[in-house]
Amino acid sequence: MRTENQRAWFFVLPVLLLVAFNALVPIITVVNYSVQETFGNNVFFWQGLDWFEQILRSDRFHAALGRQFLFTFLILIIEVPLGIVVALSMPRKGFWVPICLVTMALPMLIPWNVVGSMWNIFTLPNIGLLGYFMNDVLGINYDMTQQPFSAWVTIVVMDVWHWTSLVVLLSYAGLVSIPDAYYQAAKIDGASPWKVFRYIQLPKMKTVLTIAVLLRFMDSFNIYTEPFVLTGGGPGNSTTLLSIDLVKIALGQFDLGPAAAMSLIYFAITLLVSWLFYTLMTKDDAK
Amino acid sequence: MAKITLSNLRHSYLPAPAGPSDYALKEIDLDWQDGGAYALLGPSGCGKSTLLNIISGLLTPSEGRILFDGQDVTDLPPAQRNIAQVFQFPVIYDTMTVRENLEFPLRNRRVESAKIAQRVAEIATMLEVEDMLDTRAAHLSPDNKQKISMGRGLVRDDVNVVMFDEPLTVIDPHLKWKLRSKLKELHQRVKATMIYVTHDQTEALTFADQVVVMQDGEIVQIGTPVELFDRPQHTFVGHFIGSPGMNILPATVTDGRVTFEGQPVAVEGAVKGEGGRTELGVRPEFVSLSETGLPARVSKVSDVGRHAVIEAMVGDTPVKAVIGHAEVEQGAQVHLAFRPDQTRLYRDGWITTEAMQ
Repeated sequence: MRTENQRAWFFVLPVLLLVAFNALVPIITVVNYSVQETFGNNVFFWQGLDWFEQILRSDRFHAALGRQFLFTFLILIIEVPLGIVVALSMPRKGFWVPICLVTMALPMLIPWNVVGSMWNIFTLPNIGLLGYFMNDVLGINYDMTQQPFSAWVTIVVMDVWHWTSLVVLLSYAGLVSIPDAYYQAAKIDGASPWKVFRYIQLPKMKTVLTIAVLLRFMDSFNIYTEPFVLTGGGPGNSTTLLSIDLVKIALGQFDLGPAAAMSLIYFAITLLVSWLFYTLMTKDDAK
Repeated sequence: MAKITLSNLRHSYLPAPAGPSDYALKEIDLDWQDGGAYALLGPSGCGKSTLLNIISGLLTPSEGRILFDGQDVTDLPPAQRNIAQVFQFPVIYDTMTVRENLEFPLRNRRVESAKIAQRVAEIATMLEVEDMLDTRAAHLSPDNKQKISMGRGLVRDDVNVVMFDEPLTVIDPHLKWKLRSKLKELHQRVKATMIYVTHDQTEALTFADQVVVMQDGEIVQIGTPVELFDRPQHTFVGHFIGSPGMNILPATVTDGRVTFEGQPVAVEGAVKGEGGRTELGVRPEFVSLSETGLPARVSKVSDVGRHAVIEAMVGDTPVKAVIGHAEVEQGAQVHLAFRPDQTRLYRDGWITTEAMQ
C-alpha cells in the first residue's frame, strides 16, 4: 500500500535542522577551505580546483588510497564469512544464548583507543604476551614496530577481533527469525546442509548482511584511532591509511586547503562505494 | 503409498515423565489405511501436531513403534521416510522461482530431469499455477505460496503419506473454500494417503473420509463425519462437533431408568454398567417444543436465519434446541421433548446406552 499523504515530511524537519548544523554546515566549511589557500592570520586566497588536481595526481595519495582499499578488502573478506560461520554455530535457544551474546558484544563495548593500546601492549615484541609468544616460544620473527608485514597482520587481526562480532550479531538476528517450519520442510524435502544454508539461511540473512557489509565497509574505510594508536601509521608509511594521512596533512603540516580537498575526495569515494555495495546487494529484490 | 501403523505410541516432552499427565500423547494404537483421506481433529494442545511430527519423523516418540507397510521406521529421519508435509505457514524458498521450488524435492533425490519436468508440469496443472512457474516465489500471494508448499509435497509420486498441519490458517476465508475443495480433488486424483490436522470441524468434516478426534493426547473416536455427528462415543466429541454442540446434561439412573431434573427421559436403548458420573447427550437438532414434556423457560433466543437456536432452562440446567424461527420469545414457558432414538446416556464421558436396532 502506498500512501499519498506528504505531511510526514513535517516530522522530518527537526531532524533536518539538526543534521544541517552538525553535518551540512561543517561540510560546506570544508568545501570553502578546499578551494582556497591560507598562510594564517585568517587571510585566504582563491585557488580554484588546484588542490583537487594536486591530490588526485599525488603518489602519496594513491599509495594511501591503495593501502586503504587493501585493508578494507582484507577485513571484509575475513569478517563477513567468519561472522556468518560463528553466527551459524551459536545456539538458537537455551542457557548459552545470553552468555554467547554478551561475550560477542564485549569487544564492541571497548573504546577504540583502548583497543589500540591493548593490542599495542599485547603485541610488543619481547614484552607483550603475543610478541613474546611469537618470538621466544614459537621462534617466529614478529615485530609490528619494525616489519610492515607484521604491522599489517596486527592491524587486520585487531580489526577482526574488534568488529567480527557486529557481523555475528546481525547475522544471528537474521537466523533466529527463521521459523522452525523452514528447517523441517527442508529436512522433508531432503535438502543437504549446504542447500539449507544457500536457500533458507542466506536469503533470510540477506537484509541484515547488507547492513553489516555497509557498516563494516564505512567503518573500516574511515578507520583512524586503532591503527593510529597501534602503529602510528608505521613502520615508515606502511600502515598509513587514508584518514591517518589526512590528519598528517591537516594538523601535522597545517595544509588546510589540500586536506579539505582530500577529505572531500575521500568522502566521495566512501559514498560511491557504499552506493555500489547497496545497489549490487539489493538489485535482486526489485525484480 | 503405504498403510501406516502406530503401535503403543506414547510421547512426552519431559526427560523423565512420571504420571500420565506428563505425556503429550497417551497410548495411541491406530492404523491409517493406504489411500485414505484422514482428518485429525481436536482443540489446540490436544497433541495432534505432536502425533503428526512423530509420523513425519521430526520427533522421535518416547515409546512405541511406527510402521509403514509393516516396516519399522521409528528411527528413520524424515528424508528417508518418503513423506511430505505442508505446514501451517507457507514454506517456500524465496530466492527460487515457482518451478525451482517444485523441482527442489526431486532434485535433492537425484531424479532424472525428464521425469522432473513431467512431474512439475503435472502438478502445476493440478494446482493451476502453470502461468506463474517462472515468477520468483517470494512475490506470490499467501494462498499461492501455500499452493506451492502443497505442490512440493505432492510432486513426488512415491510418498507414503502427505500430511497437512492446519494448512489453511493464513488463507483468506473466501480462498479457504477453494483450496479445500482443491485438496479433496487432489486426493481423488493422486490416491495418496493424506492426513489433515485441524481444530476446525468444518475443514475436517469436508476433507476427510475418516475423522480421528483427539483430546488431551488421547484418541476419543474414529469415524466418518456422519458417525461422529450421529452417535458420538464420548461427550467431548458430541460437544466439539456440531454447532451448537451436543447438550450434555447431568442425569441420574435408577433401575435402568433415566431421570433429568426429576423428570423421566427415554433413551435410545438399554443402559449398560453402573456407577460413575452419568450424563444425557442429545443434539439441539433433536430437541423440540411440544405440548407435554420437560417444562422449561426460554432464556435466550438467537435467530440465525434458516433456523433459531434457543436456550431454555430446565430447572437450573440450560438446554439448547434448534427450532424453526420466531416460534417462541424469550421468557416463554415451554415444554421440551428429546427424540428418544437420538438421546444417549454417557457414563464418565463414554457412551453407555445400546444402539437402537
